[in-house]
Amino acid sequence: MKKEKLIQYIYGIADNALMLGQRLSELCGHGPNLETDIACTNIALDLLGQTRSYYQYAAQLTGENVTEDDIAFLRTERQYKNVLLVEQPNNHFGYVITRQFLYDVFHLLLLQELQNSADLTLSAIAKKAIKEVSYHQRFSSDWIKRLGNGTEVSRQKVQEAVNDLWKFTDELFQLTEDDKSVIELGAGVDVSLLKEKYYQIVNDVLEEATLSVPELKWFRKGGKDGIHSEHMGYLLSDLQYMQRTYPNMKW
Amino acid sequence: MSEKEIKNLEEIFEQRIARDEKIEPKDWMPEKYRKTHIRQISQHAHSEIVGMLPEGNWISRAPSLRRKVALLAKVQDEAGHGLYLYSACETLGISREELYEQLHTGKAKYSSIFNYPTLTWADIGAIGWLVDGAAIINQVPLCSTSYGPYARAMIRVCKEESFHQRQGYEIMMTLANGTPDQKEMAQDALNRWWWPSLMMLGPTDAESVHTEQSMKWKLKRKTNDELRQQFIDQTVPQADLIGLTIPDSDLKWNEETKHYDFGEIDWDEFWQVVKGHGPCNKERLSARVNAWKEGEWVRDAAMAYADKQQENKIKKAI
Repeated sequence: MKKEKLIQYIYGIADNALMLGQRLSELCGHGPNLETDIACTNIALDLLGQTRSYYQYAAQLTGENVTEDDIAFLRTERQYKNVLLVEQPNNHFGYVITRQFLYDVFHLLLLQELQNSADLTLSAIAKKAIKEVSYHQRFSSDWIKRLGNGTEVSRQKVQEAVNDLWKFTDELFQLTEDDKSVIELGAGVDVSLLKEKYYQIVNDVLEEATLSVPELKWFRKGGKDGIHSEHMGYLLSDLQYMQRTYPNMKW
Repeated sequence: MSEKEIKNLEEIFEQRIARDEKIEPKDWMPEKYRKTHIRQISQHAHSEIVGMLPEGNWISRAPSLRRKVALLAKVQDEAGHGLYLYSACETLGISREELYEQLHTGKAKYSSIFNYPTLTWADIGAIGWLVDGAAIINQVPLCSTSYGPYARAMIRVCKEESFHQRQGYEIMMTLANGTPDQKEMAQDALNRWWWPSLMMLGPTDAESVHTEQSMKWKLKRKTNDELRQQFIDQTVPQADLIGLTIPDSDLKWNEETKHYDFGEIDWDEFWQVVKGHGPCNKERLSARVNAWKEGEWVRDAAMAYADKQQENKIKKAI
């Protein structure tokens, strides 16, 4: 059914925003200084705001009194369609920035296409989000350059994160069956076409940051099919704690 | 400067205060005024920053997306308050690093309320309603305090705090009107936060060492006991309205004084927490110290990068 495909397609975008927003919000109050703490929280707020717009739309499509919170909190792990990259833990600030940067570049390219979607709601959400995500990309790219060109320690730490997280980048461009159906309807974005531009932008920033681009033959994937990393269960047990412990209540 | 000259300046200074003029960073001020302000403003800034922790504890577990976003934004506001207050404090000639050092070594204090744990979601409601409620009562008079940068920071802080307080009360109201489990959660949170919130307004006037001087400098406009009474008078009807019970069997309306009479506050508990023996003193301070230590390499990198950029600019200019 077309509607079900569209709903799954929306999850594929929105779940990324939710998980990345959740990871960033874990940092609130623990940042390296107040200014950075505030900036990371801003990004988290943008992402969670976008999540709500997508889920409200998905809830409306689903009908049957489903709410944004049912979608956010009451699915099983296998039903979340986010990529593996965004669920990776905060390890240290180098990971936080690298994860953000590797996602932001993709996210902006995706939204620039999604704003042309034949689905007017998705197009409207994308147009609004582009402004936010352009800022995210500028923030994370600047930090990549700052850490890469900063001190020897910072260069090593950010390079470590780049080396570790690189294996999750290829999944961003993988097309699922639901994606294909929604693309056929003119509502979805063919992410496989974004790959070349993505690596070009990412590599340019890494070069400016004097960081080396990892050469990998094997990439990790699975998130888009709901097969996540071991980190995901813990992330969800935090995220879903209240809704699971006290079902069917209003907050 | 001779003693006579100093005395003359002090007199002019006191007259300015009496005329309700603002004192600005470049104006002459007595050393004691400067020190007292550094102590109070930094204590206030530290309270904002440490205060992010008990509430931050629930961001990842907030029960709905709406509540998650609101809580995240609230905790971010506290960071913003910390930022203006540290900046106001820096105008008195002390650096942010020195201020952090004082917090991390335990030399500077922060509000003791934040040494209590947030155990359930209702604690987020109770903090907004009671702790922010008590903070506003403490802080509104500071909007007209004599030191300009502090007064201006407080105007902004108070606006945001009153929004937080309404948000907290709304969480409590939702719980109180919810299922029996939710109502019990709300009552339990009120039971645990009520007395510490009363203590937040400071020791009784008889015990308060700074009150007299602070009243003179308009750093304080009402005594601790007056503020506490105002808080109780304001909060009791709010609890009644949502059907929650204040955990004080001595609490009753006094027709003669037109105030509520209330039971005895356990000041031993207050002083124990102030001295570092509260439920979370160690955790809160370690969280701050760890964040600062773990962030050192990041701050170093940012400084090194800024220096390199500056050098490049100079090279290009040459």
